Amino acid sequence: MKRIVSFGFLASTVLAFTSPVLAQTVFVSTQLRPIEEATVVREELLQDVGEIDYVVEEPPQFAVRMEAERQAGKHTVSLVGALHGELSPLADKDALEPLDDLAKKLAAGGMPQSLLDLGRLGKSTQQYIPWMQATYVMAARKEALQYLPAGADVNALNYDQLIEWGKKMQEATGQPQIGFPAGPKGLMARYFQGYFYPSFTGGVVRTFQSADAIAGWEKLQALWAYVTPNSTNYDFMQEPLAAGEVMVAWDHIARLKNAISASPDDYVVFPAPAGPKGRGYMPVIAGLAIPKGAPDKAGATKVIEHLTTPDVQLLTASRVGFFPTLNIKLPEDLDAGVALLAGAVTKTQASKDAVISLLPVGLGEKGGEFNKVYMDSFQRIVLQKEPIADVLKAQGQTMAKLMTDTKAPCWAPDAKSDGPCPVQ
Amino acid sequence: MANKRSWIPYLLILPSVAFLALLFVVPLVQTIWLAVSENGAPSLANAQRMASDINFTRSVKNTFLLAIAVVPVQIAIALAMGTMVSKVGPGRETILWIWTIPLGISDLAAGLVWLSILQNTGYLNSVLFGLGIIEQRTGWLSYQTPIALFFAIAVAEIWRGTAIVMVIIVSGLNQVPKEFKEAAEIFGAGPRTRFLRITLPLIRPALQSALILRTVLAFEVFAVVYALGGRNFPVLVGEAYTWQNQNQNYGVAAVYAVLIMMISLAATLIYLRVIKVDPERLP
Repeated sequence: MKRIVSFGFLASTVLAFTSPVLAQTVFVSTQLRPIEEATVVREELLQDVGEIDYVVEEPPQFAVRMEAERQAGKHTVSLVGALHGELSPLADKDALEPLDDLAKKLAAGGMPQSLLDLGRLGKSTQQYIPWMQATYVMAARKEALQYLPAGADVNALNYDQLIEWGKKMQEATGQPQIGFPAGPKGLMARYFQGYFYPSFTGGVVRTFQSADAIAGWEKLQALWAYVTPNSTNYDFMQEPLAAGEVMVAWDHIARLKNAISASPDDYVVFPAPAGPKGRGYMPVIAGLAIPKGAPDKAGATKVIEHLTTPDVQLLTASRVGFFPTLNIKLPEDLDAGVALLAGAVTKTQASKDAVISLLPVGLGEKGGEFNKVYMDSFQRIVLQKEPIADVLKAQGQTMAKLMTDTKAPCWAPDAKSDGPCPVQ
Repeated sequence: MANKRSWIPYLLILPSVAFLALLFVVPLVQTIWLAVSENGAPSLANAQRMASDINFTRSVKNTFLLAIAVVPVQIAIALAMGTMVSKVGPGRETILWIWTIPLGISDLAAGLVWLSILQNTGYLNSVLFGLGIIEQRTGWLSYQTPIALFFAIAVAEIWRGTAIVMVIIVSGLNQVPKEFKEAAEIFGAGPRTRFLRITLPLIRPALQSALILRTVLAFEVFAVVYALGGRNFPVLVGEAYTWQNQNQNYGVAAVYAVLIMMISLAATLIYLRVIKVDPERLP
């Protein structure tokens, strides 16, 4: 009897671990991670598409998990949602299902071909379907506007005007009022790659140690005199803005949204400043992809189709502040905060001097070290005040080695290259 | 019978040895290999990368400074607390219980508690500002105020880590026989002499364990520093975390891990040498 009971236990344990795993479509995402956003995804965006298990994962763990499943050949994830740059290492390892049929359908349904082309990740087949897009903007509390230098248009600022503005705010309030997300989890590296370098040098990698770059860093040093020293602790700018620690901030729209949505009447949102080479800006694209060997491809396809319908795209915009990838107009009755952010995005895209800077591609798992080159330069030049040319030369060597190691070709706004992107 | 008994102890510790081998030795060997190899071949590239990094020297310096500042203070406070509580009759348990509350709080939570006190809009600033002592809320935790930041982190570490030292020292003090002190009193030894000549030597094993534990933990300090200082105050474990998590370079992270382990081992060996414990007093 005893033996039968223990045998029963063993059998049920084995069954418990093997059978029900495939009952749900597992959707792993590095986007919409905060609990409020994940709840919106689970309860609103993924309603009526069947049993979906929406799991969020930090980007580094996401990469590890996908690699582990690929190596083990035992797949649990049917659908992934991640940034362009996070999906590109997976595509490099040929770990994603081609999605050409879906792409054709979406192109017919109004998704811009240029966006869909990004989803090819330089391959002949569609690697991911663009899901949502975002970018980085600046936000200011309205009381800061009185200190704007004469003749400056907040929607078309340049760096000299921003410095002047910062100076006036500091003189009036006694404290630096500009903030940047330069904390451990802040997205400051993207500021350098998408805004600072394109604005001052017209490039990101090629121009890293150019004379233009030196002039740019000098400007940044001048600006930093009016930036709060707490910036190196800030991860998301919405908290310091809402707490009144800073009046003006630059960050990702999703990391400003809470403050602005909470009191849209108190803020203005506007494009980042322009430098001598134009107004750099970085569109952020999140995509949906199906890993090769996914246990539930049909379910995953259904979810992608659902998330790219106009209604769900609009719902996504109003609930979490990421904008549609479909060519659709945002409704009039949009959340006031999201409307403010959307306005700034439109103004950025429409500005005549805009310089588009794409997210780094082809760096694979070296993306973190690529960011580090910029953050180390920042730490040494701006915080520790080391000689600019020396720092850029040393960091430029690190960058050149990264490029040759990964063989990553140049991406916009750098001119195209044969082979690895050179640091000139 | 004697023959049979000889292998029983080994059999009994076998599961834990196997467990350690599987979950400690294997990852340890893997980590060391990760640290000293590149693309599957032996290489010192990772170590060079670590040593040439801008934060390496600072993180070594910061970690050592913090350990040197924190550990002696913690031992002194714990000794004082232990001696004080040994004089208390009723209510002793309650006092001990209150003193050990920080033990129940995670590192990160402790860091966040102190962050809420010390940051710009924190309690300390609010109180000082409210009382009119300062004109403006000032930041103490930025890269421009390294000394204040160091003190803040040291205070938070001391607050969080003293309880464990105290628990060990109190248990050591409990084992000191009363007769020794009474005998010393009869011969006219003052409290100072009694403490230095009797208590201190007799709690040596406890002191040794407390020192080893605390020093190793001090070299592994991370969460409190991360919460309060972020990138402004690099420490060794923090750098290992950043290289592993943000820079995605497991090799350099592994070198940091090996370095931390070597420092901890060295510290332990030094304590074992310097604070000698009689073999008969070992457990």
